[in-house]
Amino acid sequence: MDQRDLTRARASRALPSLRPSAAVATGLRRAGILYPFLILFIVLSVSSGPFFTKVNLLDILDQQSSTLIIAAAGTLVLIAGGLDLSVGAIYALAGVTAAHLALFTSPTVAIVAGIAVGLGVGLVNGVIVTAFRINALIATLAMSFVVSGLASLVTAGNLVIDYSHPGFADLARSSFLTVNTSTWTMLAVVVALGVVLSRTTLGRYIYASGSNAEAARLSGVRVQLVKLTTFVISGGAAALGGVIDTSRVLSAQASNGETTLTFTVLAGIVVGGTSILGGEGAMWRTVVGVLFIALIGNGFDLLGLNPLYEQIALGGILLIAVGYDAWSRLRQS
Amino acid sequence: MPSRPQHGQGPHVELVDIGKSFGGVRALDGISLTIGKGSIHALVGENGAGKSTLGKILAGVIAPDRGQLLIGGEPVAFRSPREAIVRGIVLIAQELSVAPALSVAENVFLGTEPRRAGFVARRALRRRYDELAAAAGFELSGDLPGRGLRTADQQKVEILRALCRDARLIVMDEPTAALPRSDADRLYQVVRRLAAGGTTIVLVSHFLREVAELADEVTILRDGHLVRTAPAGDETEETMLSSMLGRSLGSAFPARRPVPAQAPIVLQARGLSAPGVHDVSLEVRAGEILGLAGLVGSGRTELARALCRAQRVTAGTVSVAGTPLTGHGPWAALRAGLAMIPESRKEQGLMLGRPIAENVSLASLTRLSDLGLVRRRAERQAVARVLGQVGVAVPAQAAPVSTLSGGNQQKLLFARILLRGPRVLVADEPTRGVDVGAKRAIYELLTSLAAEGLGVLLISSDAEEILGLAHRVLVMRAGRIAAELRGEAMTEAAILAAAFGAPDAGTKRGA
Repeated sequence: MDQRDLTRARASRALPSLRPSAAVATGLRRAGILYPFLILFIVLSVSSGPFFTKVNLLDILDQQSSTLIIAAAGTLVLIAGGLDLSVGAIYALAGVTAAHLALFTSPTVAIVAGIAVGLGVGLVNGVIVTAFRINALIATLAMSFVVSGLASLVTAGNLVIDYSHPGFADLARSSFLTVNTSTWTMLAVVVALGVVLSRTTLGRYIYASGSNAEAARLSGVRVQLVKLTTFVISGGAAALGGVIDTSRVLSAQASNGETTLTFTVLAGIVVGGTSILGGEGAMWRTVVGVLFIALIGNGFDLLGLNPLYEQIALGGILLIAVGYDAWSRLRQS
Repeated sequence: MPSRPQHGQGPHVELVDIGKSFGGVRALDGISLTIGKGSIHALVGENGAGKSTLGKILAGVIAPDRGQLLIGGEPVAFRSPREAIVRGIVLIAQELSVAPALSVAENVFLGTEPRRAGFVARRALRRRYDELAAAAGFELSGDLPGRGLRTADQQKVEILRALCRDARLIVMDEPTAALPRSDADRLYQVVRRLAAGGTTIVLVSHFLREVAELADEVTILRDGHLVRTAPAGDETEETMLSSMLGRSLGSAFPARRPVPAQAPIVLQARGLSAPGVHDVSLEVRAGEILGLAGLVGSGRTELARALCRAQRVTAGTVSVAGTPLTGHGPWAALRAGLAMIPESRKEQGLMLGRPIAENVSLASLTRLSDLGLVRRRAERQAVARVLGQVGVAVPAQAAPVSTLSGGNQQKLLFARILLRGPRVLVADEPTRGVDVGAKRAIYELLTSLAAEGLGVLLISSDAEEILGLAHRVLVMRAGRIAAELRGEAMTEAAILAAAFGAPDAGTKRGA
């Protein structure tokens, strides 16, 4: 009942008599990225034979599994009013840590240690941002340099290769019901974090902290603790992504991912429609946003377009998404 | 009774059967109204009665769903404020917009500066400003920086801005809400002079005395309907008020229940110090409303925030129901049963973009969840119950808070408190910016909360409100409790005397 009433409420707010297109516009705003995504999906299905095949679609999902895991956690960070620019560095550090340990311990220990490193860095991020009240952008940017440096220390600048320890590859390469474990892991993480965000008290506190931190604080929400939690989750997710990708290729180096990954993740979240200013957003938006960007890349490949234009297209789409968010906030107020 | 002749020049604006809905709630319905040229026409009503909406429709800020707007007999349909400005209608909103880095003259001509070869012609700008200010009868130097301008002067900037855009009808939304009395008087003179010069003024206000003094005609709105339009001379504050409320007013304040003699102390502060607060001790008993008066800046809000752990405490203790507060942050205070309604609902109280239900349940989620999962059905029922208790009808619990009127937003904060069920409530200016009807409802809520055994610390700048509700009054001055007033000693004069530091104002504490 709530949902229908809300739709009606929004629609009638939009001055049907004078601006007939406004009701359509509000509907579009709620659906946001969904329509462009579906249109792109249909266009690719029609124009490219190999696109709409199980192999290609599963391949896209599998390639995006680490990005989606990191972006799912990043959604929590962003909605809580934070920002994590260190995910690329954590991804690399966790990857090399796990790869390095896999050389002489069991794969399980290597995986657990890799993720633990990420959780640890996330905790440090959270403490810097909340206890020392340092702007999240600056704090995590600085931490990304520190963490990248640590990753180089672990590898001494070399590529770590695990070809002789194939057990470590099970994390990404084994499959269940013809779908890779990495994809299953991604689905589990995305669904779990989606439930956290939309159904739990923590999720409510995350929205409240990002929407109006002082109001949340006076209502008994421990805003700093909530923010810190999101940074820890983000660090853990970035590490999980790094470990999965390392397991996939059985090698890792300190320069893996880094800034490109950080910005791809952020772009996916924002293109999906989660606000960079906090307080608004949803998990499904991030999934669609990340996959939208992936489809653009896949489309460029399949249609044989000049990949140089891919980045230009991405940048343009990001600008449109952010401009759209600003514009709809303007209309709301 | 206004002495000058009433708008002899015929109608300026006619509204025919105007209707407007927000989120399924009808804000205006079937409004037909004629505003005479050069008249001062007041729109009065409770918050949410639709007076601001009507003002905004006039000025093209929002478009009506139904009905027609005629200017000089000619139908118009504004799609933006710009289109209204072209037709000489300008809205001066409650929130003023003066650029701090620009001078007064530059602010006035912002966007319409006289230019020479692309550069602002400074001398021409000054000359035109002086002409304009003189024509309006303002004494306001054009060289003053916008930064630090008093609200009254900012309003003059807005009015001059309107005049330089050739405004013939100015809609003023609550122009005196933020003004001290002397500045309000000055603004009234300005408004009268403008009207005498042929400018039509539409005054949206809930200060009925101001309306009675200033307006030629009054239109009273209630729940989006027009009750009547009448010459202001035929109205009194009482007649307007009873029409706005649709009922005759009983006593303004609900009856106070005496505090039982053996009622336990639920809030106790001993030697509390914090930034802006020095060595304050106080006690509130169950069922008692303790009024906290004082000038703005005397430390009342700082004390409230220190009590609720929203601000760091440098010395002293706070106990709730005999147990000393431990831990940091409002979270710790709330856990002990001490809740707060902050002074600014928009900045400290509500998440405006989030659903109504989430705002109400935020402080009670642990009780409404199992293993961290929110029980949504239980939440919906609990929210519906407390919304009923505070008397807020909402289109949908999922609608964002920003769709509610100011008074209803304030009541949401009470709904949040009711759901949480604390032992002590610190309410900082709980009726700020709400209309008469919502005020009355909030008074009843405060009284009934106390009757149920809550201790209430009520902070208010409105001495009448404090005297009407509180069992006992503390007056703060310069961060300290300057006086405690009880029984016969509770008078407006005694509060003012203590607040300003006059001698023999009530019994000095600790004497």
